Amino acid sequence: MNLISMRETSKAFIEDILKTAKKHEKTAREKKVLSTLDDKTLGILFFEPSTRTRLSFQAAMRRLGGESIGFNDAHFSSSAKGETLSDTIRVVEGYVDAIVLRHSVEGAAARAAEVTTLPVINAGDGANQHPTQALLDLYTIQKEKGKLEGLTVVLAGDLKYGRTVHSLMYALSHFGCTIQLHCPPSLKMPESIVEEVRQKTTVEEVTDFTQADVVYATRVQRERFADPEEYQKSLYVIDADVMATLKKDAMLMHPLPRVQEITPDVDLDPRAKYFEQTFYGVPVRMAILETLMEGKNP
Amino acid sequence: MTANKENEFLKAKKIENGTVIDHIPKGSALKVLSILKIGDDFPGTVTVLMNVPSSHYGEKDIIKIEGKKLAKKEVAQIALIAPTASVNTIQHFSVVDKYVVQTPKKLEGVMPCPNPNCITRREGESHLDVEQTNPFRVRCAYCEKVYGEDDLKAALE
Ligand SMILES: [Zn+2]
Repeated sequence: MNLISMRETSKAFIEDILKTAKKHEKTAREKKVLSTLDDKTLGILFFEPSTRTRLSFQAAMRRLGGESIGFNDAHFSSSAKGETLSDTIRVVEGYVDAIVLRHSVEGAAARAAEVTTLPVINAGDGANQHPTQALLDLYTIQKEKGKLEGLTVVLAGDLKYGRTVHSLMYALSHFGCTIQLHCPPSLKMPESIVEEVRQKTTVEEVTDFTQADVVYATRVQRERFADPEEYQKSLYVIDADVMATLKKDAMLMHPLPRVQEITPDVDLDPRAKYFEQTFYGVPVRMAILETLMEGKNP
Repeated sequence: MTANKENEFLKAKKIENGTVIDHIPKGSALKVLSILKIGDDFPGTVTVLMNVPSSHYGEKDIIKIEGKKLAKKEVAQIALIAPTASVNTIQHFSVVDKYVVQTPKKLEGVMPCPNPNCITRREGESHLDVEQTNPFRVRCAYCEKVYGEDDLKAALE
């Protein structure tokens, strides 16, 4: 009934979502509206502001014929007045059929899932997890590469605080992908995640992208560094020169927004797939909403 | 000074009702007291014996607390600091219950999650699942972060 963390999501559920997403891709591309959830309302509670993920969920709900309500900033919500998350959830429970939650505090979605019987979908909890992003990432890879099995995927950038790459690590581990980590020393993937994923697949550190079938770039945020010099040293840039070192059939992804990690000229390279990636968010979230709101378990 | 009075000074007093925590690793008695939040405002008599010769452990610490029975949560906390400790419950000067402390599989409300940005630091009860005992390792059921013995000890102190 919930989608909280990729850590505990089964391969069968992932495959089910990818299959259902494929079914919805045409509807999403043609911007049609189905009647699957036409009697349902989705609560989109974003305690941390976001544009992309929220719009993507709204679009997905609309394509399934349902409505969505919610808020996009903790300052406008009752939590600014000191209300607990649990109380907010209990109140919203009376208005909606499922809850999508984004929160800056880790474990918020797990807590929400405990106080309500409605399906809860984690749309990001602090530096912990962002499972719907991982599912759309898998869908994008499968779509563009024709498969998931056996690929070499480089995760680059902020691997310490990046919830997207934490979820993606777990997701990829089901498919025998070789996972290569490319990051500054201060932003390494948490050891506990590496250790767990290593039990299922190969995880190694790299300093280039030459072996990659997929390069997954993420943003390095200035606020993660106390020392501005350290921040400057940790920046990496994927430009035309770096793209020249990639395999001819490699693909470049980014959860967006990007800052300086990928220069605009790279957008024209056919291997750059980040805008396709954002589009795939709609059919994948349609699949997630349909599956969870019809009561299947991950 | 009378012989009787002198005797009282020399011998650790027996307790009538309360708890004796025995086999505490040498040097950990004060940490156990701090976990139990026993200070000068505690109403009963508290006897702390340190560096006591022991047949099993070389030297050990012992704490006797008059008028206190340990709660489950307190026993779980002591297990982290003093895994060899045994707890004796005393009623009318005799031991009515004796057990070695044990770390439960789940630490619920025993101590805060060491992650300052965990939801359980703001609301609800903490819940740490013990994934492994040697080396000791827990995972928060909410924020999913993994912590070792040292992290938890630091969080307790
Ligand atoms: Zn936690």
